Amino acid sequence: MNSGRCAVPAGVSVEGPASAAGGVIQRTLTDVLAIAEMEVRKLRHDPTELLTRAVQPVLWLLIFGQAFSRVRAFDTGGVAYQAFMTPGILSQSVMFIAIFFGISIIWEKDMGVLQKFLAMPIPRVALVLGKALAAGVRALSQAAIVFLLAALIGVPLRWHPVDLLSAAGVAILGAVTFATLSMIIAALVKTRERFMGIGQLLTMPLFFASNALYPVSIMPDWLRVVAAVNPLSYMVDFLRGALVTGQLANWPLDVGVLLAACVAFTIIATYLYPQVVA
Amino acid sequence: MKAIVRVEQLQKSFGGHVAVNGVSFSIDAGEVFGLLGPNGAGKTTIVRMLTTLLRPDGGRALICGYDTCRQAGRVRQCIGYVPQALSADGTLTGYENMLIFAKLLGLKGVERERRINDMLHFMQLDDAAGRLVRNYSGGMVRRLEISQAVLHYPRVLFLDEPTVGLDPVARKGVWEKLEELRHTYRMAILLTTHYMEEADTVCNRVGILNHGEMVATGTPLELKEKMGDPAASMDDVFTHYTGNQLDTEGGSYRELRQVRRTSRRLG
Repeated sequence: MNSGRCAVPAGVSVEGPASAAGGVIQRTLTDVLAIAEMEVRKLRHDPTELLTRAVQPVLWLLIFGQAFSRVRAFDTGGVAYQAFMTPGILSQSVMFIAIFFGISIIWEKDMGVLQKFLAMPIPRVALVLGKALAAGVRALSQAAIVFLLAALIGVPLRWHPVDLLSAAGVAILGAVTFATLSMIIAALVKTRERFMGIGQLLTMPLFFASNALYPVSIMPDWLRVVAAVNPLSYMVDFLRGALVTGQLANWPLDVGVLLAACVAFTIIATYLYPQVVA
Repeated sequence: MKAIVRVEQLQKSFGGHVAVNGVSFSIDAGEVFGLLGPNGAGKTTIVRMLTTLLRPDGGRALICGYDTCRQAGRVRQCIGYVPQALSADGTLTGYENMLIFAKLLGLKGVERERRINDMLHFMQLDDAAGRLVRNYSGGMVRRLEISQAVLHYPRVLFLDEPTVGLDPVARKGVWEKLEELRHTYRMAILLTTHYMEEADTVCNRVGILNHGEMVATGTPLELKEKMGDPAASMDDVFTHYTGNQLDTEGGSYRELRQVRRTSRRLG
């Protein structure tokens, strides 16, 4: 029997010399944007999803936030608790959306859409990043909702245009990061049922083992370690600096950690993604 | 004549189960080749290997001269693929479905609009282009999916059970369009089907698979003549080569669920 096992790993294709690096990058970007555009168009036809997604942050800010602002259980660095938690709730809602994004990949695999995309001449990384950016689009709408709500109930944010923009940018980066992580999980578990279980198993610990609702300083040592390796903490830290305290000394670290996680997850997801259909 | 699809000793196992066992065949440009076989015979597995979705354990497949593993990127440029399950996006309009594909294929500006509109017109979908696909009939969805798959004028078109769940009129419409595509662009078409009368009328050549092995290849006429009975139909040929057994192992629960879901949604 002919042992024609391919020496090239899945997802990597040997192309001729004609495809220059610049052309590949430009092509990849075009494809990423096309896939993200597809999601935007879907949302435009049926925006109800955006509204239902808004319910959770509203509940957190209105109920949990109102109640906890009376407790004053820990040092928020002199800011009102509702303001302290607003970046945390924004980060949390973005993470929740992004981390369950992988389920759409399993859905698309079951429907056959994914197979069709994988058989097209598109770089694998563009499929991954395009999908992730689609999660970023939802993150943006989530940021808009949280900002609007904060303005309505009078949460004292800084409302600096540049800071709002940079916060939106980091929200997108966070969404892309968690969406790529989600795709890794989807590629590994392959069924919707298992994915839901893992998703739920992940989101709550990531949320509670972060600085979203309380400062790291009140955590026991072991939890601080978890919080320190949790990408969500860095997202919250940046958003809190930009929206609430104005202390952005940590921004290179915050953005750096998110970017590093994003790149690492993207590489793994790009490698695993085509195997969803295998 | 140089074959545009050349499959040599293709081999694939899942766990301990041998799904495809040393299958070889070739397809010429402008030829319609039908892969026939009971559920679980390995048809879809072969299509997935040829469309670069699955890596063979052994053997190789060349499409337009490119190896499906080593030159997967090149292969993807010269194939179009319509999976069995419903794959057009119901939450987008027909035009938007085409637009996204055109963008992904790197088509731009006037040329992109021209190709999209030409293809929608060719498939008689121009009037429905602005409607959400979830309101399309089954035949329209299939024609849209085929339009998407041929936007870049592929040399080979792969269709996995293209007419499953369609009523006879819709089915006829799909075949007419496929025949025109084949004729106009000299596209080679590989399809899998369960419908023997379709295989008989549509395919130039067929290959019959059973338990992962190719048990017969030839034109429908050749295969029928081999039966030695002038009244033999493709059904008789199929039964002869695949045995009269009820398929006990064929078609997983998952596969069945998918087919039924497709037919329900298309019905």
